[in-house]
Amino acid sequence: MAEAAGTKASTGAQDVGSGGPRTEAQPPPAGPPEAAARETEVMTVNIGPHHPATHGVLRLVVDLEGEVVKDLKPIIGYVHTGIEKSCEDKSYWKVIPFVERMDYVSYFFQMEAFCGAVERLIELEIPERAKHLRVIFLELNRIHSHLVWLGTTALDLGAISMLWYCFRERDRILDLFEMATGQRMHTRYFQVGGVIEDIPVGFEKKLREFIAEMPVRVGQYQALLDRNEVFLSRTKNTGIVSRERLLELGVTGPLLRAAGEPWDLRKAFDYLAYPKFDFKIPIGTVGDNYDRYRVRVAEMVESTRIVEQALDGLPEGPFIADDRKYVLPPRSELPTSMESLIHHFKLVTEGYRVGPGEIYYAIESPRGELGCFVLADGSAKPARVHFRDPSFVNLQAFKDMSIDGYIADMIASLGMLDPILGGVDR
Amino acid sequence: MPDAPGLELIRGEIEQDHPGAVLDSGFEHGCASLAIAPEHALAVLTWLRDSAGHEYRFLSSLHAADYLPAEPRFAVHYELLNRDRVERIRVKALLADPGEDSLPEIDSCCELFPTAEFQEREAFDFFGIVFRGHPDLRRILLPEDYVGWPQRRDFPVGGEPVTFTYNERNYG
Repeated sequence: MAEAAGTKASTGAQDVGSGGPRTEAQPPPAGPPEAAARETEVMTVNIGPHHPATHGVLRLVVDLEGEVVKDLKPIIGYVHTGIEKSCEDKSYWKVIPFVERMDYVSYFFQMEAFCGAVERLIELEIPERAKHLRVIFLELNRIHSHLVWLGTTALDLGAISMLWYCFRERDRILDLFEMATGQRMHTRYFQVGGVIEDIPVGFEKKLREFIAEMPVRVGQYQALLDRNEVFLSRTKNTGIVSRERLLELGVTGPLLRAAGEPWDLRKAFDYLAYPKFDFKIPIGTVGDNYDRYRVRVAEMVESTRIVEQALDGLPEGPFIADDRKYVLPPRSELPTSMESLIHHFKLVTEGYRVGPGEIYYAIESPRGELGCFVLADGSAKPARVHFRDPSFVNLQAFKDMSIDGYIADMIASLGMLDPILGGVDR
Repeated sequence: MPDAPGLELIRGEIEQDHPGAVLDSGFEHGCASLAIAPEHALAVLTWLRDSAGHEYRFLSSLHAADYLPAEPRFAVHYELLNRDRVERIRVKALLADPGEDSLPEIDSCCELFPTAEFQEREAFDFFGIVFRGHPDLRRILLPEDYVGWPQRRDFPVGGEPVTFTYNERNYG
């Protein structure tokens, strides 16, 4: 943003300079305007859409009075790709890789929201082992998402080394994803009915190593940031929004919890295997940027605990439901069983049909309530898929967070808001 | 969730205060939903938000859907949530398509739920549903000069024409 302001000022200066010598005997320029007039001057500055501090292609039109933000308008839609419309043209199982690409940092959550919604529509119960495996990957994804957030936000605030430390641990999570699913991102691991494959041999050992190490690493991040003078003065008492206002604006997730509201869908609603696990909901007190940082960092430790419990209690048994109308038969059956071959063929060509109905299924993503609305019309393709993306809704609170603060605090608030523009624009 | 009898009670109470508002109530896949007439949308939402014993004060999600070929064709869905009792209820305002050049209209609920601002703009952007009284009803995700309402079911799935100047110059 400094650049935008700078060029504006410098072009203004150039005009005066180049116009000067050509005309002769110009009257001396009027003296500086009255101090009072200067104070009330409002400058509109455009930030983005391509700007490293906007975490994606977010454009902000900011009215500045000096360095103080007086008004702010987020302009979005630069990465709108019509995913929801495209989903209407795909059979249900082909929608899964599409929705993963909305919020590209928390792809497991998008899959769970969609698969969970379809499972509820067709009333398909998934096996216990699949529930545990899903929880393991969801919580690893939550840690991964918070690591990306912590690294990039600390980078915005001048703590460059945080990015490398966070991305080191993120890479280990991606290694785990790759080991189990074959892909580092956009894994297409969750299926309607369970997960596509069981975890491989040696995965548990690697995961346990990671679980043992992660809390230590989080402690190291805190040691780097918690007593960092620059970090503290830029986050403490900045971007405060009251709890009531956040609730009015529909804000959920760590932003709401930082303001002292212990609202977490993992505790409130009974989905997957979450009721079995013992974990805490970290909450803040003031609701400033520092609280948001503390809440997310504490959530990483809690997620590690959930992964550990899910792994300890991982039941034996099938990892995907045994309903041949919806779930692909095991590969090994295809050469010997005609029945399996027919099912396989039907599922892959036409896909399964879902009876008419509609469902809204919400889960707790790293950014808040991620809801998936699916309208089925009885065919093999959904008639409507809508995602209530937490980034999209939370972005409305950005104006309240930044107004009457410094522009530097606005950048800090945007980092702490943690919007993923792929999810905002879909 | 209010269970099926609970939903009928709610329906009865709303009908006492606003006769003709509730068109239908249904309970499917563990989720309660009320279908309402669009002219009563604000009244019903206010009632559900404020009347004692209900207090669905949190609007989780607002989205639109196109039920083509059913009549009325459009619906605006309000996913309401009571966070104390952890209960969800869906309110569907059914909107008929007024035909050719006019757009379906419904009252905006931005005053009741400020969170609806972006979400109503999104519904307008994709379905052409006009929210009366919305403070800033413009397209939000699509370009401002875009023509058409792409999430409607009769809008074809297809590519936007992209002009590749290099190809045109050399092979066009």
